[in-house]
Amino acid sequence: MSEATPAIPADARPRLPRGVRLVHSEAQGGWVLLAPERVFKADTIAVEIVKRCTGEATLDAIVDDLAKTFNAPRERIFADVTAMLRGLADKKLLEL
Amino acid sequence: MAAHGNVPLHSPLGLLAELTHRCPLGCPYCSNPLALEPRDDELDTATWARVFGEAAALGVLQVHLSGGEPGARRDLVEITAAAHDAGLYTNLITSAVGITAGTLQKLADAGLDHVQISIQDSTPKSADHIAGYDGAFGRKRALAAEVVALKISLTVNVVVHRANIERIEEMVALALALGASRVEIAHVQYYGWALRNRTALMPSAEQVERATAVVEDLRKRHHGEIVIDAVVPDYYARLPKPCVGGWGRRSLNVTPAGKVLPCHAAESIPGLEFWSVREHSLADIWKNSPAFNAFRGTSWMKEPCKSCARRDIDFGGCRCQAFALTGDAAATDPVCHLSPRHDEVAALAAVQNDAPYAYRRM
Repeated sequence: MSEATPAIPADARPRLPRGVRLVHSEAQGGWVLLAPERVFKADTIAVEIVKRCTGEATLDAIVDDLAKTFNAPRERIFADVTAMLRGLADKKLLEL
Repeated sequence: MAAHGNVPLHSPLGLLAELTHRCPLGCPYCSNPLALEPRDDELDTATWARVFGEAAALGVLQVHLSGGEPGARRDLVEITAAAHDAGLYTNLITSAVGITAGTLQKLADAGLDHVQISIQDSTPKSADHIAGYDGAFGRKRALAAEVVALKISLTVNVVVHRANIERIEEMVALALALGASRVEIAHVQYYGWALRNRTALMPSAEQVERATAVVEDLRKRHHGEIVIDAVVPDYYARLPKPCVGGWGRRSLNVTPAGKVLPCHAAESIPGLEFWSVREHSLADIWKNSPAFNAFRGTSWMKEPCKSCARRDIDFGGCRCQAFALTGDAAATDPVCHLSPRHDEVAALAAVQNDAPYAYRRM
């Protein structure tokens, strides 16, 4: 399906929809994304990306911020972030 | 603390809170036990609030407010608020009959995260017949619209059996039209009421095969539009389903009267000792109650499970089904092709007749 998926616009402001929450759980060993009747473990990279999906920041701003914070090439961050956001949106865990 | 010394004790993730067994519908596959608990035995608001606090402390992240019909509880809003205040993700599992728009608004204000509404079929007449309640279908549509209007995320749950298995596509179309972000295609699992109605509910092998292909196709067609989760019909399977992700491993169930079960059907296994939240804390029950330790881990297993490479994947299948079909709760779930009783499952599935449903009634 990936070849057919549209690109995410640079000015999209991704946000978690109502019914999806990122929480930290000591008992479950870290960060988890809580969704309707599903729980997803979130790794460090996912947490850094999802935390920035506030509905305020644009995709461009999120990528800039991550590239700066982790001192990594912007193109690589952009590819990683858009792939993850698309995957989350397809699972209805994110609104673009 | 677990009875089996080498079993790592996980924290439960989910708690199914059966707030009441009262329900206006009479679905012949109801997951409640045959012996329903009466209203007078139901836990009060304060006890549920305490249980939610203990659940959160134990690591539980999500609470599923269910029944029966949870809307039959007059204190549903207070109960939901208590779960939310305890820090839990709150999921309301409802028939939609008995929840008014006003109640829904109050639930939203109390912090409700998600609503699951069951739909019995895509056509009103058949849906109401299966539910045993005239007008149920229309009320479900109406409440679904209210849920979406309040921007609460909606799952439509569809229980699949012989009377509606040919209309999975229409039911998914209905879920989309209602604005659901997720649809659950759950084939009937045969315990309790469903076991009693098995010959009237069981689809044919060909129907199940077609249904599986239809779901696959719908998933591709609606990728990114709606999440389609499926619960497989295991009488026609070769491998058993992992019993609630492992007995006493990921989830627990509190009955209306306060008994704590590893799964909603666990009372169908005779001889298990269940503890109640009236006498014990949830943490004590999770760690020490005899019922939770009866099938925790793998040391209770016999062959062929004991030496099986999949023993930590499917845990020998479902304990309740093993008991229901073989009379031995520690046997291999006969759905597994390695069970010596495997052939009997197909023979049972082949017995079908269109007898009237034995509706679930109190």
